[in-house]
Amino acid sequence: MKDKSAKKPDKKKTKTIKVDYLARVEGEGAFNIKIKGGEVIDAKLKIFEPPRFFEAFLVGRRFDEAPDITSRICGICPIAYQMSSIQAMEAAFDVKVHPQIRALRRLFYLGEWIQSHALHVFMLHAPDFLGYEDAFQMAKDHGDLVKMALDLKKMGNDIVILIGGREIHPLSACVGGFYKVPTKRGLESLVERLKWGIEASVKTVQFVGGLTFPELAADYEFVSLRHDDEYPICEGRLVSNKGLDIAISDYDDYFEEEHVKHSTSLHAHIRARGSYFVGPLARFNLNFDRLTPLAQEQAKSVGFEPGCVNSFKSIIARAVELVYACEEALRIIQQYEMPPNAKVEVKPNGMTGYGCTEAPRGILYHRYVVDGHGIIRSATIVPPTSQNQKTIENDLFNFAQNNIEMPEDELTWRCEQVVRNYDPCISCSCHFLKLNIERIE
Amino acid sequence: MAARKKPKLAVWKFASCDGCQLSLLDCEDELLEVAGVIEIANFPEASRAVKRGPYDISLVEGSITTPHDAMRIQKVRRMSKLLITIGACATGGGIQALRNFKDIKDFVSIVYARPDYIETLTKSTPIDDHVFVDCELRGCPINKYQLLEVISALLNDRKPNIPKYSVCMECKQKGNVCVMVSKGIPCLGPVTQVGCDALCPSYQRGCFGCFGPMETPNTISMSERFGELGIKADDIIRTYRTYNSYSESFRRESEAYER
Ligand code: SF4
Ligand code: SF4
Repeated sequence: MKDKSAKKPDKKKTKTIKVDYLARVEGEGAFNIKIKGGEVIDAKLKIFEPPRFFEAFLVGRRFDEAPDITSRICGICPIAYQMSSIQAMEAAFDVKVHPQIRALRRLFYLGEWIQSHALHVFMLHAPDFLGYEDAFQMAKDHGDLVKMALDLKKMGNDIVILIGGREIHPLSACVGGFYKVPTKRGLESLVERLKWGIEASVKTVQFVGGLTFPELAADYEFVSLRHDDEYPICEGRLVSNKGLDIAISDYDDYFEEEHVKHSTSLHAHIRARGSYFVGPLARFNLNFDRLTPLAQEQAKSVGFEPGCVNSFKSIIARAVELVYACEEALRIIQQYEMPPNAKVEVKPNGMTGYGCTEAPRGILYHRYVVDGHGIIRSATIVPPTSQNQKTIENDLFNFAQNNIEMPEDELTWRCEQVVRNYDPCISCSCHFLKLNIERIE
Repeated sequence: MAARKKPKLAVWKFASCDGCQLSLLDCEDELLEVAGVIEIANFPEASRAVKRGPYDISLVEGSITTPHDAMRIQKVRRMSKLLITIGACATGGGIQALRNFKDIKDFVSIVYARPDYIETLTKSTPIDDHVFVDCELRGCPINKYQLLEVISALLNDRKPNIPKYSVCMECKQKGNVCVMVSKGIPCLGPVTQVGCDALCPSYQRGCFGCFGPMETPNTISMSERFGELGIKADDIIRTYRTYNSYSESFRRESEAYER
């Protein structure tokens, strides 16, 4: 939203562009870019989401309440929260689940990836590239595309509903497995749609591959999970393109969070190195070899190769992951056999548990200390958006600097797009995005 | 061109997870149709285009937790002909109302290194503590079909059909075997308002009350039943204290067990 009055040059010769909400992100925030004498002097991403204190009120709750409670941090990626907390608890109590339960969790999570990526690619991000204010306007000229996006999104949601009862805050997952697992026949009802989904995703890659990308490059440190033989979702080691390779239980030794004044979301960085980049582009760059042949071939066909350092191209990474997600979901369903038990018994002990999974927007880390009665004594949650926050600020700084001559309206919009490259989910980290470009002459 | 002007819809967010407003985007089959009959005038999650108020319908998600938001909701009310609260955060204070039972200073210092940077109210309160609400939709999250029902009822000047009886009724209609009777699983279904299609019992777990208390719930006998199932006081308190902990009847019942 633009405040028209702000476009008029004010008396002190400071030009300010102000946008009250950064739209098409999940949540609310602001950013401030200060320009003085043709130089960007500061770029800050401000997050003013009213703090909700999850880590505080988790203390004193039972371990098995964590998946449902933490999922309320974010309505866009509840499964990510459920899976990271379940992984942490199961690691703490040394719980082993049936391979089919593991597969089902992966499928469940893929449903979330599909709905989230379809939403972001078409409804939130594509309008920027094509110059529409939103997907409703875009639908007037690109009806088929928006219709396809909605069908794809719905398919992702339907996977989640089938396994979890509803698309937002599904309720079947628990520490130890699921309350109830679907039948083979139930899951097979998705097969034909997933086959369609693969085709639709391929079209998506071709479509986004043909967009025009503004220039932007930086020496990022990409961080993602890495698994021995799968594209990472539910588990793995933490790796980076700059040599990081650690078990998730070592997270706190390598990463730290800082509380800065302009944000109710904590900023995370790698100790002694600084900002890093998580999410689809990081996963793609670090795990290209784990994608299916079709997903790899599709990426290459639009000239998108690992090593990409243009964050605008995250939209292609999401599209490629859509291809992968549909294929992988299909594979899991075809190999599914209903496990003998929906869940195994869990005996809490006084231990610390670590969980880290790949949310649609990047790694989501949880750590819990649980006492012998199963009561949570401390909780730490690091969502993807707080990890990307510093990187987003750096991108804003560089982009504004490189495009300082751009007309202000356009620069404002492009800067919003820079933020949307990260699909920031501010509900996760906190909320309220205002855009403010200040030119001091 | 069109004889009648399209009614204007606005979506507002306070302290929440965005899940309830996402329900609107999750109406994949109906979304473009809805966008055809109403003007989506302010919906930052979906569009950067914003039209000025007043608005015919405002959907309000989230609870009031900061001094700034306590003022903002007044403005929203003034700009809205009809104000509909969506979800447990807006109707009952949400999960973040768990702070209401503790000292907020302790909470701030657990999460933030610099408590002096944080501005927050001691309590998370529902929207109707602050302004008049025309209609409310329960649930964490809301049921998207109830949302469509409310919007279409309001567009057609009729009363929305939102039942207020218990989850139990819906569960029985579905032909579920009662999880409490057959398996001894504690379930808040008897005191929780319908709307979810009795999801949890259908998934072999007890209802945890995400749609909040029904009209005149008998929470006293509910808790007695929990006691008979061997549930300890601490767990009874936790059971009432989740997504609707600050709703009158759930709050009273949990406090009764605290003594
Ligand atoms: S009621 Fe639940 S789903 Fe809705 S916004 Fe609040 S936390 Fe999210
Ligand atoms: S059964 Fe209860 S907790 Fe479960 S979805 Fe329905 S109202 Fe919510």
